[in-house]
Amino acid sequence: MQGKPDQRNARGLTTALAGVAVLLAPLGCAKQVQEIKVGEYSSLTGDKATFGISTHNGIQMALDELNAAGGIGGVQVRLITEDDQGKPEEAATAVQKLVSQDQVVAVLGEVASSNSLQGAPICQKNGVPMITPASTNEKVTQQGDYIFRVCFIDPFQGTVMAKFAAQSLNLKRVGILRDARSDYSIGLANSFKETFASLGGEISGDEAYQQGDVDFKGPLTALIATGPEALFVPGYYTEVGLIARQVRELGFTGPLLGGDGWDSPKLVEIGGEAMNGHYFSNHYTEQDPSPVIQGFIQKYKAKYNQVPDAMGALSYDAARVLFAALQQVQAASPEEWKGLLATGAAKPEARRAAMAALRDRIAATSSFPGVTGAITLDEQRNARKPAVVLSIKEGKYAFVEQIAP
Amino acid sequence: MQEFLQQLVNGIAIGSIYALIALGYTMVYGILRFVNFAHGDVFMVGAFFGLFAAGWIGASAGANGPAAVVVVFLAAMFGAAVLGVILERFAYKPVRGQPRLNALITAIGVSLFLENAGILIFGADPKTFPELLPPANYSVGGVKISSTQVMTLAGSCLLMLGLNFVVYRTRIGKAMRAVSFSRDAASLMGIPTDRVITATFALGSALAAAAGVLFSMSYPRLDPLMGVMQGLKAFVAAVLGGIGNIPGAVVGGLVLGLAETLVSGYLSSTYRDAIAFVLLIVILIVKPSGLLGRAVSEKV
Repeated sequence: MQGKPDQRNARGLTTALAGVAVLLAPLGCAKQVQEIKVGEYSSLTGDKATFGISTHNGIQMALDELNAAGGIGGVQVRLITEDDQGKPEEAATAVQKLVSQDQVVAVLGEVASSNSLQGAPICQKNGVPMITPASTNEKVTQQGDYIFRVCFIDPFQGTVMAKFAAQSLNLKRVGILRDARSDYSIGLANSFKETFASLGGEISGDEAYQQGDVDFKGPLTALIATGPEALFVPGYYTEVGLIARQVRELGFTGPLLGGDGWDSPKLVEIGGEAMNGHYFSNHYTEQDPSPVIQGFIQKYKAKYNQVPDAMGALSYDAARVLFAALQQVQAASPEEWKGLLATGAAKPEARRAAMAALRDRIAATSSFPGVTGAITLDEQRNARKPAVVLSIKEGKYAFVEQIAP
Repeated sequence: MQEFLQQLVNGIAIGSIYALIALGYTMVYGILRFVNFAHGDVFMVGAFFGLFAAGWIGASAGANGPAAVVVVFLAAMFGAAVLGVILERFAYKPVRGQPRLNALITAIGVSLFLENAGILIFGADPKTFPELLPPANYSVGGVKISSTQVMTLAGSCLLMLGLNFVVYRTRIGKAMRAVSFSRDAASLMGIPTDRVITATFALGSALAAAAGVLFSMSYPRLDPLMGVMQGLKAFVAAVLGGIGNIPGAVVGGLVLGLAETLVSGYLSSTYRDAIAFVLLIVILIVKPSGLLGRAVSEKV
């Protein structure tokens, strides 16, 4: 009788030990194969899915190139991607998970400004550097000194289109149709309004719609009644395609003007013939003959079998700016590098200090040879770059002019 | 004045879309006393069936015309009817006879299932619906009317008349009304209630698909979440017109469409939904059973 419980205890102890061993095993492995984790949040699904997919493609391409070349000092970089479905509330959840659960050293994303504005405060609070490839709303980098971007900002894009409308197209009266639910659209519309007025133009009307709408004839009819020569529609491609159709159905023949939110292969697909004759500003054009751009386009095409849009190019640049900064940290300070590699709860202070060092390296980015132009980050952590204006002719983009900051 | 007339046309056009979707809602509710929250998603799936049918007959390659329209409609409606029967059999039938709340929650589950299955199967990026008929725009005294607007309005009126005919003039319609009146009594009179309920779902889903195809012809952008907002608006339209009442669905849809368009045209798009829903509340306070709804007894 006495022997049995002992035996059972002994067996129980063995099982417990085995269990602990199993639990510890992955930790042991993780220590041997060192890697550095970088997070990404993108709208891989949802109504802005082409943005997220292009962004992910660009980052993945930069990552594959880096890892194929031996990673950073022999350490492979691992990308952890979270889908936010294009929704601001999901973006916050995604970034929270990347920062606290996955313990990434830096975050890349988002495209839509409303989503980046959800992710940025979380990165700032946790001292994790974040680089957005394409969020152009001013407020994104104002969230704090850990938030960067490799694209220009909304006031600049609105200014570019206002200059283009007033000086290149010689327009006097322009109506605005903005997306009342998008920080991006509101930012562009406000700066366009201001600059166009200062250049002697007149805003005939300023109407709004809401993301997800399918019928725009109400506000469009009201706008057309004010007699504009053109309409400024700084929205996203999903809505702009339908707006272009409906504005033509209502008999308006003037051009529509817009920003980089138009840039998607879906734009012309949805808008069809009604998309011809409109203009929008963008970060780069694949028609640029420069060898850097053409080389990038060839590599991208070989990998994904499609021509990269601006989001693909910008995210590729964002990832490379981050990797360059990581390489500098690795080369300059073994201690900080060790801090970045530390995982789990080990040495939180060292980790924080190391991420601060990484932040400083990113902030010092100057004349970085990006696909979308030389990237220099200013004190507000924004990139200073020129914009291009493209027109749509027979379903294809055609370069019109370049407008410098 | 011309601007106002144009806004009226715009409002009627969007209103007839709401009316189309609301018809299916109201019919299923009228017969089963069950708000099928997945209706908007069946509408989405129906639109995608239409897209596949159009691709199958090569619509984008130029096989367009009235014949193509008929084929696309029939294929979408048939596909959605089959889907409706499957949903009824596997999701709603097991909870029949249990408290009403169970069916409601099941419907929400089915709705989420269809949305996410749509994202998985169709992909989340928007798809483009091909032009089945060459677009035409008419100008009547400066007011612009497009052929698709005429089609949606005509389509919703035709479907309303057809539905009225089925429910009031056919054997299956009589059986539906009997089931609506009392399921137990109908079953005692020898009416196969299960089959009648299945037929109701098939008919409701076919209506949703017809609405989906008409919608896609006006707004050729399809995505798996397109049914969410449209379904919600159509539900409101059905309640506004008096849920369970077939002409009420059309009236409710038109009233909602006009209210939205006039608010966004003359006041502000930002307040559009708020004002439209305040209108709904006011109408329901004044007339709790909806515009055409009758209190009690008459159920269909």
